[in-house]
Amino acid sequence: MKPKYLPLTATIVIFVLSYALCAAQYPNILSTRVIGNLLTDNAFLGIAAVGMTFVILSGGIDLSIGSVIAFTGVFLAVVLDNTAIHPLAAFAMVLLITTLFGAVMGAIIHYLEMPAFIVTLAGMFLARGMAFVLSIDSIAIKHPFYGTMKGLYYKLPGGGRITLIGGLMLLVFAIGILIAHRTRFGTDVYALGGGTTTAKLMGVPVGRTTILIYALSGLLAGLSGIVFSLYTSAGYSLAAVGVELDAITAVVIGGTLLTGGSGFVAGTFIGILIQGLIQTYITFDGSLSSWWTKILIGLLLFVFILMQKGIVYVSRSERRHA
Amino acid sequence: MQTIANNLLSANRIDKVFPGAKALDKVDFHLRRGEVHALLGENGAGKSTLVKCLTGAYRRDGGTILLDGVEVDPRDTFNAQKLGIGTVYQEVNLLPNLTVAENLFLGRQPRRLGFVDVGAMNRQARALLENYELDLDVTRALDSYSVAIQQVVAIARAVDLSGKVLILDEPTASLDAHEVEMLFRIIRRLKARGLGIVFITHFLEQVYEIADRITVLRNGQLVGTRDTATLERRDLISMMIGRELAAEIRAAREEPDVTGPVRYRFKDYGRKGHISPFDLEVKAGEVVGIAGLLGSGRTETAEILFGAHRADSGTAEVDGKPVQLSSPRRAIAHRFGFCPEDRKTAGIVGDLSVRENIVLALQARRGWTRPISRTEQNRLADHYIRALDIRTADREKPIRLLSGGNQQKAILARWLATEPEFLILDEPTRGIDVGAHAEIVRLIEGLREKGMSLLVISSEIEELVAYSTRILVLRDRQHVAALEGNRITADQIIEAIASANERGAA
Repeated sequence: MKPKYLPLTATIVIFVLSYALCAAQYPNILSTRVIGNLLTDNAFLGIAAVGMTFVILSGGIDLSIGSVIAFTGVFLAVVLDNTAIHPLAAFAMVLLITTLFGAVMGAIIHYLEMPAFIVTLAGMFLARGMAFVLSIDSIAIKHPFYGTMKGLYYKLPGGGRITLIGGLMLLVFAIGILIAHRTRFGTDVYALGGGTTTAKLMGVPVGRTTILIYALSGLLAGLSGIVFSLYTSAGYSLAAVGVELDAITAVVIGGTLLTGGSGFVAGTFIGILIQGLIQTYITFDGSLSSWWTKILIGLLLFVFILMQKGIVYVSRSERRHA
Repeated sequence: MQTIANNLLSANRIDKVFPGAKALDKVDFHLRRGEVHALLGENGAGKSTLVKCLTGAYRRDGGTILLDGVEVDPRDTFNAQKLGIGTVYQEVNLLPNLTVAENLFLGRQPRRLGFVDVGAMNRQARALLENYELDLDVTRALDSYSVAIQQVVAIARAVDLSGKVLILDEPTASLDAHEVEMLFRIIRRLKARGLGIVFITHFLEQVYEIADRITVLRNGQLVGTRDTATLERRDLISMMIGRELAAEIRAAREEPDVTGPVRYRFKDYGRKGHISPFDLEVKAGEVVGIAGLLGSGRTETAEILFGAHRADSGTAEVDGKPVQLSSPRRAIAHRFGFCPEDRKTAGIVGDLSVRENIVLALQARRGWTRPISRTEQNRLADHYIRALDIRTADREKPIRLLSGGNQQKAILARWLATEPEFLILDEPTRGIDVGAHAEIVRLIEGLREKGMSLLVISSEIEELVAYSTRILVLRDRQHVAALEGNRITADQIIEAIASANERGAA
């Protein structure tokens, strides 16, 4: 097997094994209801994580997405509460804002040659601050259209439901996979992760690609914010704190190298499912503190980082003997 | 005189000026269709600068470039590639994480309905590589293959993209003999297809094996272009390292008197893979020159003496007492000093002031718990700025704003401030202009007269002859000859390098 598939395979094996373990203890976990809920509950995180996958593949990082999700939620709540604008129009407005926000961060990273960490950290404070400026309260969204959308679902055999937002996440993943592996832009993202200088020498439009990557991440963070507001029916400026870190975790557990250049969007999906599975198991158990999720995720993350080091080592020695 | 029509690529009177040094001075270079043209010269001779001007990586300051008889002005490497000039560097400039096929077609992947047609791309990649006797799994990541194969993939990409001129910058430096053979077969095939190939290397045997013509640069100037078949190896070496002025400089100087005691004695000193064991004795007031071509083990000798690499054989003595030189710190404690070759990366700290750069080594030796007072720093800086005639507006100017020669003097000042008794200089005159050359040479003379022991590495034979009291000649990482007294002449040095070289090639 090619070494680049090793982390993805390991992720899938771990997921299947842990699912089997959970199922052995609680057979109900196999029901389509649980699976449907798994998708619905993690929809907003999954959508944001697709954007994060592109950012990390290019060797960057985007710390702003949690704040952008909160901003989106508050923006929608304020707009729908105070104006007669239709939710779909509000969605379009907020997606435009968050996409531009990402594009500006990308432009700063590229043209001012600033580290992505610092630029998106500033973006994180800025977006959270803007959310507070709009409102410091938790505002409920009571627009009837929200009710209509929450009522949309595809019924699975066994009573499970693929809700609108769960389905949207699956669609975003599918499009993400297509972009990453079947477009020149996708290859350019990997190229940036392999080395910006070399990529530039080989004719990759580094500036355009960088801006597009962060714009995409902003767009998906906005979409994630819309999904989050549908999920919670509210907008609150303190919501979604630390979601960027959960997204990074999903990306890394999904087998993407934090240094960029190697990984798969599909891996991120498994990463999301693993996090969701641990959460579900703890809900089933009922007696465990929900902090066990964090502990298990922490351990898993650590194992994956070690494994990535190991794989790099193995593929190097393989080349020596080639 | 060649007619322009014969030439595929003609560079006429190319000038390139860097702050403080003229990197290229009206250099002419002509490449014919279907020839392999070796571009030779020691480090800093201007080879890479010339190549970078041809490929647009640098903007030239003067001169014209004709490709197929039409004047061209490559803006950047990408533009040069479109015009027909492709380059492959020693460090493969491809993306290790992408597949072989993606590397070959990056930016021009075949598409169907807007999406990359991976199947077609892989088929085209395989077809392309068939011309290079490679049968690879093009869907594997590039870094699962050896450097030699990556090199060939880089060549395949460059030729496919440009197709007229192929510049190979030290392509064989990290290949073994078998891989070099494979590369040469490919080069010959490309030559037969009518490409003009520029081949940069420091392996002379390879030059004689593959090149049709040779152009030699020295100090940013064209020394000459010759047919390989009629150029003696000895003449080539003297073209590369020069000797014309040496005899005169030497004659004008009094024979120095070095009869003092031996202060530094190294026996069987060596390190596997770096430099074969050698014996070396250095007296007070002596300048030992190290001569040899690039890659002969000059810098390795300096590094092992200074403890930058630990010796794995032999013993070192200072004033008769055995010492362990296991780290630069230890060496500094024994009052060693070392000015490394590449001052940009290993020497100056560009954003610090002249004063801070000068006190750096002294402060490091004293340890950070005992800071040098500002008054003392100012005194030291002012002293050396005056003593070495460092041209700077004041001592607080960031050192990167100084010219190359003045930066070099500031680094010398840094080590002189530690009052070393044994000073190692690696290429002290690299990349600085001719006026500054003479000053550095005078400075070395002055230090020797004060009783310091020096070891100086230089590619400039004339310089070595001018200031050395003894010269060691290196080749293939071995010390092969020592020249003393009136045997120190440029001819003798060239003789020693060349004869050694011929033996090596035989």
